[in-house]
Amino acid sequence: MPTVSMSVNGKQYSGEVEARTLLSQFIRDQLGLTGTHIGCDTSQCGACVVHVDGRSVKSCTTLALQADGADVTTIEGLAKDGQLHPMQEAFRENHGLQCGFCTPGMVMSAVDLVNNNPNPSEETIRENLDGNICRCTGYHNIVKAVKAGAQGMGG
Amino acid sequence: MHDFQYHKPGSVADAAAAAAGAEDGSFLAGGQTLIPTLKQRLAAPSDLVDLSGVSELQGITVSGDSVTIGAMTRHADVAASGDVAAAILALAALAGGIGDPQVRNRGTIGGSIANNDPAADYPAAVLGLNATVNTNKRSIAADDFFTGMFETALEEGELITSVSFPVPEAANYQKFHNPASRYALVGVMVAKTGGGVRVAVTGAGPCVFRASSLEQALAGGLSSSALDGASVSADGLNSDIHATPEYRAHLVKVMAGRAADAAGG
Ligand SMILES: Cc1cc2nc3c(=O)[nH]c(=O)nc-3n(C[C@H](O)[C@H](O)[C@H](O)COP(=O)(O)OP(=O)(O)OC[C@H]3O[C@@H](n4cnc5c(N)ncnc54)[C@H](O)[C@@H]3O)c2cc1C
Ligand code: FES
Ligand code: FES
Repeated sequence: MPTVSMSVNGKQYSGEVEARTLLSQFIRDQLGLTGTHIGCDTSQCGACVVHVDGRSVKSCTTLALQADGADVTTIEGLAKDGQLHPMQEAFRENHGLQCGFCTPGMVMSAVDLVNNNPNPSEETIRENLDGNICRCTGYHNIVKAVKAGAQGMGG
Repeated sequence: MHDFQYHKPGSVADAAAAAAGAEDGSFLAGGQTLIPTLKQRLAAPSDLVDLSGVSELQGITVSGDSVTIGAMTRHADVAASGDVAAAILALAALAGGIGDPQVRNRGTIGGSIANNDPAADYPAAVLGLNATVNTNKRSIAADDFFTGMFETALEEGELITSVSFPVPEAANYQKFHNPASRYALVGVMVAKTGGGVRVAVTGAGPCVFRASSLEQALAGGLSSSALDGASVSADGLNSDIHATPEYRAHLVKVMAGRAADAAGG
């Protein structure tokens, strides 16, 4: 079996994988980081979004081998020293979640958006959440949360 | 998903050799079409040849009269390129409207046109702007490249290396999104090129095509009013739960008019 190694949330991991192993499976099943969710089989819901070398990607539509040598950040990697990341805090504060299933992907997409665009308008936020589906909130509070999170991140 | 042998070559020659040596090999670019297809077991190649390690396939070169984009260039990088925007704004805008940010962070131009999805955006740019598709064997004119639904002129094992777009005098792309999938229900590229006005339509039919009735109507000037008397036939257009052929034919004209006004104005 091929071996893969990558840094996940700052820790180096390597292991043998079947070539067909998805990055989402590697993260959840092999590393036990189950904050990355799987909500669909069609690459449309965005619950599985992680950052690979600083860019948000759908981990269910990436092979673990395609992330060989990469720097991966999952939702578990955002909080520092017991302090929620400003985007996580903004989701909590603004009631940006109900069941919470979509939230890890929403937060990871939102952090990538704000990294590229420190002060996004409501329209930009809505456009950039095209790849994240929420079946509870109606999006309104998610958009509010992302705006507040952007401020919290210093935008 | 069935298992496969994974290869990650470092050159075009090694990639072609790896594909040729496989029982049933497939190139892997961004994986945004191929991986969902494998997950649903609609394809089960024996070998995947990952092109992401081939530096020859990366990058954007803008010279005076053309923009050349390496096959492995991600949609997000085309969308964000100031050089592309300065030369062909319509092309950067089209790339920025593909799918969602995560799809754009991985999907590539080579993968998109090799796949030739009837509702994909890049085929409209390649055909509308009269681009040339360069492969490891030859150069293929846009008019000869897209041959049918999910079909192209590529031969078994032939690898797209880059796409060259001549800079048009004016161009604009208008997309009517399918609200669920974000693909084009109808997308129209209108371009005024050295060889005349070209109108390329995606989403409406089984394969991207040129709307000759609209090209003739716009020959005198890019403006929606020039389309008043023109019509688009619904014959052979797609019919599904999203739209009838008649509605798609109507949208082609409306989108072409908006693109003409934006390009001409
Ligand atoms: C949720 C979602 C929404 C999307 N929305 C849109 C949209 O709105 N518009 C749109 O246009 N597309 C859309 N796409 C498709 C996306 O643009 C894909 O990235 C693209 O169609 C395929 O590119 P890829 O690099 O991912 O190729 P892959 O999936 O890796 O490969 C696709 C095919 O091309 C072949 N191939 C790849 N590179 C080469 C090469 N250099 N030479 C020869 N053959 C090659 C592969 O063997 C495979 O058969 C969407 C995808 C998803 C998942
Ligand atoms: S699990 Fe739905 S997009 Fe990845
Ligand atoms: S909070 Fe339930 S899916 Fe978004």
